[in-house]
Amino acid sequence: MKILNRLVPHPYLTLMLTVTWLMLVNRFSLNSLVFGLFLGLLIPFVTQPFWPNRPKLSKPLNLIGYVAVVLWDIVVANFIVARIVLFMPNSRRQPAFVTVPLDIRTPEAIAMLGGTITMTPGTVTCDISSEGHALLVHCLHAPDPESEVATIKSRYEARLKEIFE
Amino acid sequence: MMEQILDILIVVFAVLGGFFGLLGSFGLLKLNDPVSRLHAPTKTSTLGVGAILLASFFHSWGYDHHGSSHELLILMFLLVTAPVTANFIAKVHISRHTKPEDLPSPGEDRLWATHMQPEENGDAPQQQG
Repeated sequence: MKILNRLVPHPYLTLMLTVTWLMLVNRFSLNSLVFGLFLGLLIPFVTQPFWPNRPKLSKPLNLIGYVAVVLWDIVVANFIVARIVLFMPNSRRQPAFVTVPLDIRTPEAIAMLGGTITMTPGTVTCDISSEGHALLVHCLHAPDPESEVATIKSRYEARLKEIFE
Repeated sequence: MMEQILDILIVVFAVLGGFFGLLGSFGLLKLNDPVSRLHAPTKTSTLGVGAILLASFFHSWGYDHHGSSHELLILMFLLVTAPVTANFIAKVHISRHTKPEDLPSPGEDRLWATHMQPEENGDAPQQQG
């Protein structure tokens, strides 16, 4: 088991690289599957020193639901931002920096949360606190910063916590 | 009939892509402070490019008779890299134009990561010697 762990340090990365290679080749054949699998095994093995800890997914299947929620929110986000950009005069817009305290501690989960916040309604992740306990988020239009923070925590962070921890 | 539906789908996505691409650039001009300006290109332009890619995906799938998955791959990479770019630009802005007092307090930690000086950090860079 230990040897297997060392030879395949990131099984999810292996899977993803293989699928990426197959999509890049654009046609499914045994040839490309074998080569994709070879790359998928080689790259995580060679880059092992740069990513020493192994993220554990406790409920990997929940990731599918999470991606679906985020994709839907990206589409909704764009219509919201479009309305603000087109119809709201700059003087009435209330941009604000807000602090989002974090409950999750896994670096991979925090990175994913940061990316999600940037892609969804009117918010951009700007910075993380020095010890990684809070995110600095900029809101395009936030008359009520408290509710923005509550949405981020209940909608995304709770789901990520379930997946990663 | 099938072809008509496909055509409508392609046209709708292409027009939507053009609209959101334009909106992203317009937002960049119209919004009036640097961090707000980030919002338009990160979100709107990503969806704009995404919609164009989907139009191309449906076109290759319907007319070339061997679908193309490159579009989905580009879309995936785009969704992963756009937030990183936005974060870097925001960090540059924070580092050059804001002081710790301008930002809300970072909760239980003392500072935001961008404002931290190397010597305050526990694992300070090794002395050359």
